[in-house]
Amino acid sequence: MESAAASAAAPVRPSGGRAGQSLLRGLPLLPSLLLLAVFLAGPILYCVYDAFTDAQLTGAAETHFVGLDNFTRAFGDPDFLNALWLTLVFVVGSAVVGQNTLGLSLAVMAEKATRPVRSLVNGVVIAAWVLPEVVAGYLMYAFFYQQGSLNDVLGMLGLPRQNWLYTLPILAVCLANVWRGTAFSMMVYSAALNEVPRELVEAAEMDGAGVWHRLWHVTLPVIRRSIMTNLMLITLQTLSVFGLIYAMTRGGPGNKSQTLPVFMYQQAFQNSLIGYGTAIALVLLVVGALFSVVYLKLLKVEED
Amino acid sequence: MATTDLRPAARAGRSGGAARPVPAVTTARRRVRPARVAVNLVLLVISLLFVLPLVWMVFASVSSTASFELNLPSPPTLDNFHAILNTETTFRPLLNGLLLCGGATLLCVVVSILAAYPLSRYRSRLRRPFLYTVLFSTGLPITAVMIPVYSMFVQVELIDSMAATTLFLAASALPIGIWLMKNFMDGVPIVLEEAARIDGANAMQSLARVVLPLMWPGVTVVTVFTFISMWGNFFVPFVLLLSPEKLPASVSVFTFLSAHDQTQYGQLAAFSLVYTLPVVMLYLLLTRKLGGGFALGGALKG
Repeated sequence: MESAAASAAAPVRPSGGRAGQSLLRGLPLLPSLLLLAVFLAGPILYCVYDAFTDAQLTGAAETHFVGLDNFTRAFGDPDFLNALWLTLVFVVGSAVVGQNTLGLSLAVMAEKATRPVRSLVNGVVIAAWVLPEVVAGYLMYAFFYQQGSLNDVLGMLGLPRQNWLYTLPILAVCLANVWRGTAFSMMVYSAALNEVPRELVEAAEMDGAGVWHRLWHVTLPVIRRSIMTNLMLITLQTLSVFGLIYAMTRGGPGNKSQTLPVFMYQQAFQNSLIGYGTAIALVLLVVGALFSVVYLKLLKVEED
Repeated sequence: MATTDLRPAARAGRSGGAARPVPAVTTARRRVRPARVAVNLVLLVISLLFVLPLVWMVFASVSSTASFELNLPSPPTLDNFHAILNTETTFRPLLNGLLLCGGATLLCVVVSILAAYPLSRYRSRLRRPFLYTVLFSTGLPITAVMIPVYSMFVQVELIDSMAATTLFLAASALPIGIWLMKNFMDGVPIVLEEAARIDGANAMQSLARVVLPLMWPGVTVVTVFTFISMWGNFFVPFVLLLSPEKLPASVSVFTFLSAHDQTQYGQLAAFSLVYTLPVVMLYLLLTRKLGGGFALGGALKG
């Protein structure tokens, strides 16, 4: 069994000098290695270094090593803690709860819907996803604006109008991210549902399992892997959302929608505190890296 | 509702006396129709909420008195488009975007095809660590890297360079590009290459002549999605480019409001529409030919 798998995957030719050959085989990897090293690994290492200095945008010659100062400062800074908290709200609210649940519901419902309705919902949800980030930001600004479409809808339903962007900006940006990002989850789940064995669902149906029962005990366990992958991916995507929030609220009013990326940008470029901004970036990287490790564990690059 | 009343009679007529012991199935079937109607209704309401912001964009773009309110344009006018369709406002940012994103996409796709080949075809001790690293870096928030990249670019005087920005964009899309490309390439059976190998083709020749033609749909999906995400990317060019004449549309749309009269919402909407159109068309083309997002969703299942 094992040798068969090995020979299927192994090179067809008998091997000559092994070391030289595998070096030659690895050659096509070189361009990507170069690009990744210079433009990703380089900046990340630089980030680790810079975060321990007092680098500023002006007077770069006067950079000193300041140890953990940036970090003690960050964790003693109410604005930073506020940004950390809002990032958590944003990621859990808009990705884990919003995009994930809505995406799954849409995928499940679309299977049961008539064809034109399915196409329609696919079309509009994906349209929001394809839109460029800043355009999405403006459209969502218009939507949540005091005289905007959302309040018109609420007014028609006899509900009170809200000044969303002023009173609940974090909710507004969360909903905006749900609007923009749900398509991704919907597509992942549609693809996954498509591969749930029909016999399994039918068997459960025969046994008298209702819709919810079937979903909970048959469908969801079967697509478990897709759920985990999707949750991880959208968490990571949402963690680094910047343009959408910046176009909608610039983190405001005050700091009521200031997530970590926005806070980081403002510290580094508007307050010229590159060192401090980099320390925040490092926190963001570490959070992303932690999620990434969990993601790796879940995916487990195929055993070989 | 009338159809609901008619159905039991129709079914009774159809099945006749043949299927007597099926009351359970009949009730189950009877429940299907109202459920389907409900599902359709819910989906229509959600669609409506999703489409409203887009409707605003279309209406405002052809309205002479556009605001953030949703109003029917009366009468519709093309003035906003006339006002923005010039080199300064629209054509140059679009061209810049095309150069940046087109160049970066091309680079990213070629480099990830090259990288995917050994990863998909050969076993080696270094393969797994490399795959893990690639997968790990797909998760790193690029947003967080922008400040160090900025500092680095300042030091080596690459700030405001379109070429350097293109290279960085390509590198940032590379991890996911390599990953998807490898998944698609794994779908091409290695047996098919054997014939070519026996005829004396080397690895690169069999990649070009056998593997690539068979995974063309996958390559197209990766290309289109890479381009779309770059076309919309705001933060990278926002940080790395400074000169107004080098900015792509993703950044110029942002500076649009401050640069123009504060009340030109109609022009903003028109510009957004023109800027969005290329990626929407690209996406539609992809869906027509290959099932678009569905193919991507499938490749990302893990």
